[in-house]
Amino acid sequence: MREKAIYILAILAALVMIPNLKTVFMGLPDEAMQGAIYRIIFIHVPAAINAQVFFTVSLVTSILFLVKKNFLWDSISVSCIEVGTMLVVVNLVTGSIWGRNQWGIWWAWDLRMTSQLMCFLLYLGYLLVRPAIAEPTQRATLSAFVAIFAYADIPLVLMAIRLPNVRTQHPGPVLETGTMAPEFRAPFGLGVLAVFLICTALILIRQHQETAQREIDSLRRELHSI
Amino acid sequence: MNRGLLTALAIARKDLQTELRTKESINASASFALVILVLFSFAFDLGREELYAIAGGLLWLVFSFAGALIVNRSFARELPNDCLDVLIASPAPAWSIFLGKSVAAFFLLFIVELISLPVFGLFYNIHWTQNFPGLLLVMALATWGITVVGTAFSAVTVNIRLRELMLPVLLYPILIPLLIGAMGTTTALLQGEPMFGPGATGEAFASLRLLIGFDVIYTSLALYMIEFILIV
Repeated sequence: MREKAIYILAILAALVMIPNLKTVFMGLPDEAMQGAIYRIIFIHVPAAINAQVFFTVSLVTSILFLVKKNFLWDSISVSCIEVGTMLVVVNLVTGSIWGRNQWGIWWAWDLRMTSQLMCFLLYLGYLLVRPAIAEPTQRATLSAFVAIFAYADIPLVLMAIRLPNVRTQHPGPVLETGTMAPEFRAPFGLGVLAVFLICTALILIRQHQETAQREIDSLRRELHSI
Repeated sequence: MNRGLLTALAIARKDLQTELRTKESINASASFALVILVLFSFAFDLGREELYAIAGGLLWLVFSFAGALIVNRSFARELPNDCLDVLIASPAPAWSIFLGKSVAAFFLLFIVELISLPVFGLFYNIHWTQNFPGLLLVMALATWGITVVGTAFSAVTVNIRLRELMLPVLLYPILIPLLIGAMGTTTALLQGEPMFGPGATGEAFASLRLLIGFDVIYTSLALYMIEFILIV
């Protein structure tokens, strides 16, 4: 059942992504101001959107774990956070490449970039603290706590970096006023969908590994106690 | 008064009394703050204007480093002789244990801040006495934020490997919005801008709202969730 779901998701993702990449690279014209580099947006923004989606899922599953004490929820949380953190890295790296090309610098302390970097650091803490806890119930509970605290920080970070004393360099159109040319919209939406499908398949694989790992650990402990 | 609050006060008193007798974490934390203050003088060679522009940032870096040392001891102090297990098994509710420990850590960190602030002013020639009431308000709000999140994470890390390393890795990213707010307001206040009334540009006040929001959100979240953390 699970394997089938993973294969179906992967095939669907390939079916969406390959024609979409063809459209993006061969079909669409270069952007008037930026040239070819603008195509990063078809990976950069889907990665950011999906990362937020998976972090939100991890918040819900973390709360569910604390309420129900079912390890299924814990394994989904950790898989979502691992994949989400990877997506944030993709987002930051592609954005940085675009920035080097367009702004001439790899990094600017712009509000969107800062908030995304904070997001990365928050969940990096989660991924670092998890392996340091040996006992499964304790690990799952403390991780759920960290995940909820980390998620609560995101709106505060957004509020903090909008303060008047913080500089911003992101072009306004990206954040507030701009719209996308109609022929870019379909490839953009399909890009979001393709990343979502691939990452859901990855999450299912990681969730399975996490469950198997916990079972192996408990068998090992049983063996030691004999 | 509410029984839970009384228990919290008793725990805060116990923690403060133990600490003021041994002075182990407050001495370490205050000396660490001084060392960092001295190190900054080698890192920068700034004119008067530039120094005022980054003064709030320097100050809050020192305070947050000192704070991590203090909250690290909050629950670790209870580990010898299994005191932590006894505390948890006692009829005191988890939230009052947590609240008591946060209050104790708050006072300890506040003392360290009150020691380092004049030293900072003296070393770097900064007039910190203007706007002192406003500065005290910002210090109180931000220190409470640091100690409440710090004590919650000290409960998370108390039983895990590499406790001293894990606490800062978890704590500082969460504190970023708080520190941004505190640094902004403190810089504005040190530069002589009043928080309220005529002459206020609103910059100091905008950050103040952020500090209050942070404190309210994390205090309620931590008080509500600490039960899950302590009893695992």
